[in-house]
Amino acid sequence: MSAPSAALPAPASVRMGKPRWFGDAMTIAWRNILNIRRNPELLVFATIQPVIFVLMFTYVFGGAIKVPGTNYIDYLMPGIFVQTVVFGSLTTGVGLAEDLQTGLIDRFRSLPMARSAVLVGRTFADLLRNVFVVALMAVVGYLVGWRPDQSTLSILAGLGLVLAFSYSLSWLFAIVGLYARNSETAQAISFPILAPLVFASSAFVPVATMPDWLQTFAEYQPVSVVVDAVRGLTYGGSTPEKVLAALAWIVGIVAVCVPIAVARYRRVA
Amino acid sequence: MTATAILADELVKCFGDVEALKGVSFDVPTGTVLGLLGPNGAGKTTAVRILTTLLRPDRGRAEVLGVDVTADPMGTRMSIGLAGQNAAVDENLTGRENLRLVGRLTHLPAAEITRRSDTLLEQFELTRAEDRLVRTYSGGMRRRIDLAAALVHRPPVLFLDEPTTGLDPRSRTDLWGTIEDLVSDGTTVLLTTQYLEEADRLADRIVVIDHGAVIAEGTATELKARLGSTVIEVGLADASDVTRAHEQLARLGAITTDGHLLRLSVTDGAAAMLETVRALDAASLAPVTLALREPTLDDVFLSLTGHTAEEPTPTDDDETPSASRRGRRGRSAEQRP
Repeated sequence: MSAPSAALPAPASVRMGKPRWFGDAMTIAWRNILNIRRNPELLVFATIQPVIFVLMFTYVFGGAIKVPGTNYIDYLMPGIFVQTVVFGSLTTGVGLAEDLQTGLIDRFRSLPMARSAVLVGRTFADLLRNVFVVALMAVVGYLVGWRPDQSTLSILAGLGLVLAFSYSLSWLFAIVGLYARNSETAQAISFPILAPLVFASSAFVPVATMPDWLQTFAEYQPVSVVVDAVRGLTYGGSTPEKVLAALAWIVGIVAVCVPIAVARYRRVA
Repeated sequence: MTATAILADELVKCFGDVEALKGVSFDVPTGTVLGLLGPNGAGKTTAVRILTTLLRPDRGRAEVLGVDVTADPMGTRMSIGLAGQNAAVDENLTGRENLRLVGRLTHLPAAEITRRSDTLLEQFELTRAEDRLVRTYSGGMRRRIDLAAALVHRPPVLFLDEPTTGLDPRSRTDLWGTIEDLVSDGTTVLLTTQYLEEADRLADRIVVIDHGAVIAEGTATELKARLGSTVIEVGLADASDVTRAHEQLARLGAITTDGHLLRLSVTDGAAAMLETVRALDAASLAPVTLALREPTLDDVFLSLTGHTAEEPTPTDDDETPSASRRGRRGRSAEQRP
């Protein structure tokens, strides 16, 4: 089948260097970004759903939902941004579960690469994907009448907060993906976590309209806190404390989830 | 070339209540091929996963090129390549990109990655498909790119976990040729398989494991010799004939049965054949088929485990067969040097 000398093994693989966590993570990110590009339909469907949400909430429910002192689209858009990246973060876990299923993670774990690289690389690739999705959502929002009235810097900070939140959730769902046996299970586990966070929140309607028992949860849970902070940054209001609360959630989720995810990755069989 | 490349010393691994490995030991001298042979669920993959740092053993010691696998997993990973039963390549990358992925993760210089990829793609006859996504590859092509990916960093020790399971006969023969080329270049290979033909062709030495324990080891020739030099195979019409023939022929040599087929292991083939015919005739037993042949590893496996290699191991812990397995295991342990 071949010339025998073609695969002459070196007596020892002296040329292989030490693991480099950043370089390895970027290699994995390269591979994951290629995957996104090779399946453009996944990206299209990931953006169609939030676009439908924008249109539906603006033109179908928007007339019925009265938010005092504001245009509904300006109230809605921060909620749509956060909802989009929250559901998008699920793909981190689904993708990891798929890599486990196909045996690709076994190959990675048998290579002399940094142990954090698969997780750091994938969450980074998913962050880039979210940059694209959030930019697209901003354009769609603008087309249907979203006119944030704060400074450009403040608006960009708001979008940055959305992306930071998406990054922290990627780590949460990485844990789900590493515990799930396959991608279907990862998806099935994720939805019941996501739905109450997204819908029992201030994303679409003011928390004050909810029953008392739900209000406490709805007001302090991370989606509401981040949505409120983004509203402040794009539309004004008591912004600094909201942004601080949102950053606290993001840092907290990362601080808890990263060590758990990395430990699970090391042990996953 | 007598140094030990791979060492497994009394490896024990449990998954919950299931003892996947119950103290498995073997070693592979540098530059040789060890065939780890056993049915599904015998513990082959568990042993490979421990030796490739994917699993930690509960007890026992595992070494690759003198490096303790559990104490220095990163050092171990420097010198091993792993190709599994499920082609562990990224379907959404091209063949060449998959090799580049491994090259980058093993920190080879870019020029070296290109050179190695060129060589491997040519060697594995994938040059024409190198820019196609792997999801468009056939089963045989996937195995080849998977094996190529395991070789990018020139690992001196290669683990092949059922490399040809599920392949069509032609692809299997092709892959065997490729593995033989690697071995002739000095790579040490641990190969797991449930195909006796594969172990017979590729392996210098064979370790047979069943239910997490080594039940025999030796060269293919030694394992066959253990059965006697010749096998007489008697096909019978029904189960009661098998029972009666068993009684008649037991004095001639060791007997195993497989459905309506009875196999008799003997040393003097021609004389035993005559005796067999006489005994069957005296008992008015008319065999459907009657053959004299060299023993195969299938015969070895059947006599060692009581079942053929390719049929799944029964999972229920029926008292009688497990007791008889213990009996056989005891015997084979004594036979080992």
